[in-house]
Amino acid sequence: MEHIIWNPTMECMPREQLRTLQDERLRDVVRRVYENVPFYRNKMQERGITPMDIRGVCDIELLPFTEKQDLRDHYPFGLFAVPQSEIVRIHASSGTTGKPTVVGYTGGDIDRWSELMARSMYCAGIGKADIVQVAYGYGLFTGGLGAHYGAERIGATVVPISGGNTVRQLMLLQDFGATALCCTPSYALNLAEALEAQGVKQTKLKSGIFGAEPWTQAMREKIEAMLGIDAINIYGLSEVMGPGVSVECLCKQGMHIWEDHFLPEIIGDDNRGLPYGERGDLTFTTLTKHGMPLLRYRTHDLCELTAEPCACGRTHVRMSRVMGRTDDMLIIRGVNVFPSQVEHALLQVEGIVPQYQIVIERQGNLDTMEVQVELSPDFMSDTVRDIEALESRIVSAIAAHALVSATVKLCQPGTLPRSEGKAKRVLDKRQM
Amino acid sequence: MFVKQISVFIENTPGRLAEVTRILAANNIDLVSLSIADTTNFGILRGIVAEPEKTAALLSEHGYTVKLTDVLAVYVPDKPGGLAQILTMLSNERIALEYLYSFVRNANDFALIIFRVDQPQAARTLLTQAGVKLLTQRDIAAL
Repeated sequence: MEHIIWNPTMECMPREQLRTLQDERLRDVVRRVYENVPFYRNKMQERGITPMDIRGVCDIELLPFTEKQDLRDHYPFGLFAVPQSEIVRIHASSGTTGKPTVVGYTGGDIDRWSELMARSMYCAGIGKADIVQVAYGYGLFTGGLGAHYGAERIGATVVPISGGNTVRQLMLLQDFGATALCCTPSYALNLAEALEAQGVKQTKLKSGIFGAEPWTQAMREKIEAMLGIDAINIYGLSEVMGPGVSVECLCKQGMHIWEDHFLPEIIGDDNRGLPYGERGDLTFTTLTKHGMPLLRYRTHDLCELTAEPCACGRTHVRMSRVMGRTDDMLIIRGVNVFPSQVEHALLQVEGIVPQYQIVIERQGNLDTMEVQVELSPDFMSDTVRDIEALESRIVSAIAAHALVSATVKLCQPGTLPRSEGKAKRVLDKRQM
Repeated sequence: MFVKQISVFIENTPGRLAEVTRILAANNIDLVSLSIADTTNFGILRGIVAEPEKTAALLSEHGYTVKLTDVLAVYVPDKPGGLAQILTMLSNERIALEYLYSFVRNANDFALIIFRVDQPQAARTLLTQAGVKLLTQRDIAAL
């Protein structure tokens, strides 16, 4: 197997040398947040520490954690470490209720992100000669633009088609002869099946970078067999950067975390760091971000790390597939959804009882979310039109607050399970 | 001279409609007329019974969402053009029809049809003045 490496100096750096670089960059980011972000300065002062106390990675446990809630509390720009005039781009993902989680990038951040996505493209065997169809959504979501900048950085030909519109995706895929595809794994499978339905036996695709939602080895094998490609798993989250925080090489034995930019930890239930090989909450400190650096950001993605040498020659640690969540976040067609967002949306709608249940299923290859809510007797009508109007008000409220399209099932009052301490609000029937 | 219709929300779960009819049967309630409006997501059972308030209370006790609506129960001549004549009268006065459904049984030369319109008062006056006979709640009980 031939491995092409975008930045061998950094990607194959001996681990002791990499650690020295992390020590240096950690001191720098701690100093920057202490000086520029009141939230972090206060947190550190509460702990009785100053940047002088952080000698390097060995002192990481002295630093405070950051939670998604902290981003919400400082909505929209409160955690930025540079003046707004230095920010060149904003991205946002869904927050836990109402307001989105906002991140800001300096020009330098965008440059570094492009570099890391360029490395990721090379990891998947994608190079200058390739035509890359980017079918992640473009916009506030980081997927589209993240993949786009990386593909441009390596000099590939980018087709920025964005998400959806399968008929057009298939037409351009064949007409332009794309050799690489970037999208969610479930959408890749969807495209593969649509191609098969059209009787297309072969395309020019040879590689795909898929992420933004959890998937399985079985799904990988299916995508690879149907499309005749290497299906590469990529990981990222907007809070930390976006796609390209980690990515698999062609060995497909875990995703290399770009450790010269992100310091990973695995945190156990007692909030203490766990050694390599143990499963816990993946936590990142951003070492080089300037717009919105984060210390020890808890992703709540459960996984394991390994620092065993990889056959590709890269020295950066690898993370396993995400094996679950330590909170109640759901991923629906690549969109992060918290049940609290749905609840918040339902509270805005007149005519329903505030009891609900979310049922997630995978139909074909796409996730469906059904929100079951109880119809309020006061809003009962003898006409279909009135009740359908209520349904569509609920669908719109969910789309506005949780940024996901759901179907709504109205139920009789009293039929949904009631809270006994913690109500069973989510029924996830997906087999993953 | 309206008739009270009961409308029952039927969620899209197998067995729901059967359950409603069992409750009515157990309480000796006859649906003298009914229609089901169905969508892919839910249904509305609409019916005419002798004692609508009592029936509504009974179904509510069983957890059903029920609404009472005034509708017109009209004697429509049971011959070609009978319905057309009534509908023409309503549309000439710009009274919009939400839905209609017929009774299971006839009354001599008339079909009994339930009309749900957007302006029930106006429709009642119009039809009565035109000599169209309407059923009362008492008539329903006597059917």
